[in-house]
Amino acid sequence: MAEIRIKVNGESRTVDVAPDTPLLWVLRDTLGLTGTKFGCGASLCGACTVHLDGEAVRSCVTAVSAAGGREITTIEGLSKDRSHPVQRAWIAEQVPQCGYCQSGQIMAAAALLKSKPQPTDADIDDAMSGILCRCGTYQRIRRAIHRAAKEVGHEAGR
Amino acid sequence: MKPVVSLDRREFLRLTGIASGGLLLGVTLEGRSIDSAAAPGTAFSPNAFLAIAPDGSVTAVVAKSEMGQGIRTAVPMLIAEELEADWSRVGIRPAIADPKYGDMTTGGSTTVRHGWLPLRRAGATAREMLVSAAAASWGVDRSGCRAENGSVVHAATGRRLAYGDLAERAAALAVPGEVALKSSSAFRILGKPLARLDVPEKTDGSAAFGIDARVPGMRFAVVARCPVFGGAPKSFVADKAKAVPGVRAVVRVPSGIAVVADSTWAAISGREALEIVWDEGKLASLDDAAIGKMLEAADSAEAIRARRDGDPEKALQGAAKRLEAVYELPYLAHATMEPMNALASVTEGGVEIWAPTQSPQWAQGVVAQAIGVPKEKVVVHTTLLGGGFGRRAFTDFVVEAAEVSKAAGVPVLVTWTREDDMRHDLYRPRSRHRVEAGLDAEGRVVAWTHRLAVPSILQQVFGSKPTAKEDDAVEGASDLPYAIPNVAVEHVPVDPGIPVGWWRSVYGSQNPFVNECFLDEIARAAGKDPLALRRALLPEGSRLRKVLDAAAERAGWGTPLPEGRARGIAAQHSFGSYVAEVAEVSLVRGRPRVHRVVCAVDCGQIVNPDTVVAQMESAIVYGLSAALQNAITIERGRVREGNFDDYEPLRIDAMPEVEVVLAPSGDDPGGIGEPGLPPIGPAVANALHALTGKPVRKLPIATEA
Repeated sequence: MAEIRIKVNGESRTVDVAPDTPLLWVLRDTLGLTGTKFGCGASLCGACTVHLDGEAVRSCVTAVSAAGGREITTIEGLSKDRSHPVQRAWIAEQVPQCGYCQSGQIMAAAALLKSKPQPTDADIDDAMSGILCRCGTYQRIRRAIHRAAKEVGHEAGR
Repeated sequence: MKPVVSLDRREFLRLTGIASGGLLLGVTLEGRSIDSAAAPGTAFSPNAFLAIAPDGSVTAVVAKSEMGQGIRTAVPMLIAEELEADWSRVGIRPAIADPKYGDMTTGGSTTVRHGWLPLRRAGATAREMLVSAAAASWGVDRSGCRAENGSVVHAATGRRLAYGDLAERAAALAVPGEVALKSSSAFRILGKPLARLDVPEKTDGSAAFGIDARVPGMRFAVVARCPVFGGAPKSFVADKAKAVPGVRAVVRVPSGIAVVADSTWAAISGREALEIVWDEGKLASLDDAAIGKMLEAADSAEAIRARRDGDPEKALQGAAKRLEAVYELPYLAHATMEPMNALASVTEGGVEIWAPTQSPQWAQGVVAQAIGVPKEKVVVHTTLLGGGFGRRAFTDFVVEAAEVSKAAGVPVLVTWTREDDMRHDLYRPRSRHRVEAGLDAEGRVVAWTHRLAVPSILQQVFGSKPTAKEDDAVEGASDLPYAIPNVAVEHVPVDPGIPVGWWRSVYGSQNPFVNECFLDEIARAAGKDPLALRRALLPEGSRLRKVLDAAAERAGWGTPLPEGRARGIAAQHSFGSYVAEVAEVSLVRGRPRVHRVVCAVDCGQIVNPDTVVAQMESAIVYGLSAALQNAITIERGRVREGNFDDYEPLRIDAMPEVEVVLAPSGDDPGGIGEPGLPPIGPAVANALHALTGKPVRKLPIATEA
């Protein structure tokens, strides 16, 4: 066990865990941030996707020690009030069914739009094919990303 | 007969947190419960609840499990429609397991089907009481008053009283016996694509699934279970596991060895350090080849005769042309995105459970028995379910958590890793189907025989032996809808011992695949168009024929496609609904690629059209993963696949364009969670058959193409 300092959603936190503990379990079990989900533990499903310095990473295979000194953003920190364009688009397109994978989907989509504000369908395939959904919300996810891109584009153009 | 009753204050307080001044009603969901309620000495047992608080908010208590199918929106919609509620003031509370709710099991696409009248009746009863209360307070005749968007209005004077202000007065009135329900033409909520109530919380991480349940003083655990079905630990050494930082205890439970720790990760690390010698039990040498032989032996075994029309053997002998085929379908895992888990707190006072379960009452009974407490001492909270698909109808993961908590003496959240979940499922059974058909000289189908070798799930789970009258395994086979004069459907229950369970649409994921693929083989042999053959075998005006026509029309059936693409069609009636699907398929580097799926659905009257569309999209993707690429295989009595690399569901880059055509009839609602699944596998297989000239007789397709 070791004391490790991390910064989550803008707040500095100190956790006392084994340094090889995946960030996922520190978020969920130590800090109580349960919005980030466990799905596979092997970077195969993307349910655990969070942002590390703005980039989408799989927290189930990211050791907490590797996150020290970097900005971690989880679904709880994406916005205070579901006002992020991706969240708004998700509600408008009624994307979620069971909802379990959606934190990962939303975090991956938000990172995509940051790096590519106007993604093509191929860009969406590239960025999102790592995030599994068993309920079949893919079609709505695609629509929601295009909708969010349009909204961000309008805001930028104003 | 009194289907609706007002309930006492304590219940109201418990459900709404409001001490007084509201209206709370309960209603029975089934006709026979109403009868038993009228019998002397029988306590009335309502099973739907509706509460109106003084602030005007309406709470529907939802006794069914939300696993993505939109129950937590559909149930309040049914109530709010007849209540004339202001939809923006309607919310829900999940019910805690209790017999007063009737059967709380969520499965078989039944919630809306069973709730269609009773839930509306609950809303209508409350509406009538509110109208009476308003009329009394104005001193006017109630016929001059009407309910409208959360208020009662006096037509002559335009006076208006909000439900919240009327609730207390209404609660003092007698509950009316019979109430009139609205005609569907007057619906303003039902049939509208309303936004789901649970969507916002599913976009910000606040939606709480079983795995997110937290109570003070809890620990996290994983369980080492024997990799071979039916095996158990012979001996184990826990010293190294206990030395892992964060590990608090290692305890023996009936399902294996549990490691209890400060975090799930510490528990997983501790489990890796366990040294266990397994007694692998009777199935230790079972493999796919041996299972295949057992299924093949069914060809000559005694069978249950599920259906027999005419004389199929004679008709086959006299046929101008005979066709024969064997279809084989694999074991499938449910692979819900949220792996199995449950939080249990066993104390001297009883047991409290938070679980993502489809069967809270079954779980309650099983936990009571396992822990040795009366059922009333087991409180089961149903959380949101991160997918269910039938897996969560079983109680193994719930009772196991209670056993770990009891052994460890603390509240424990037991989480299954993906590998645990994949390798300790109750699988969609593997099956083998031998079919024969006879055509006369004009190419008409005169004989059809189908012999299926598959375990009965009901027999394995409940010990009920299938008979000619009651046999779960022939669903979708014995009810073959096509007009063929000589038909035999026979079932040989073969159980290799691998645990089997209900998997979205159950045997509807198997038997219709055989019917619909074999029908295409027949069409090809008879030189007929697959759609034309189906139409000719279905009566004009039949609901199945109508959805076939609707799907074919939207898909452009018979119109040219780009080079290298073909269409396939299939249809099935299941869970009260009729669905036809057309798939457009090509081969990309030898692998099938599904470009477009058109789905036409007649599910009777529609509660929420957007949810119907979503459920069709959902069943299509779930079915496509299975048809194209998923199989559970067995070696040395254990499951070979473990995670999403060797059991990989469809990803977004392989998602076809799905178009859903709503073709509702005026009938009572059918189910929507499952009926979209049966046609997709055969539609894709038939498209591939059309493309390559080779029939698809074994799933998944990817291994065969």
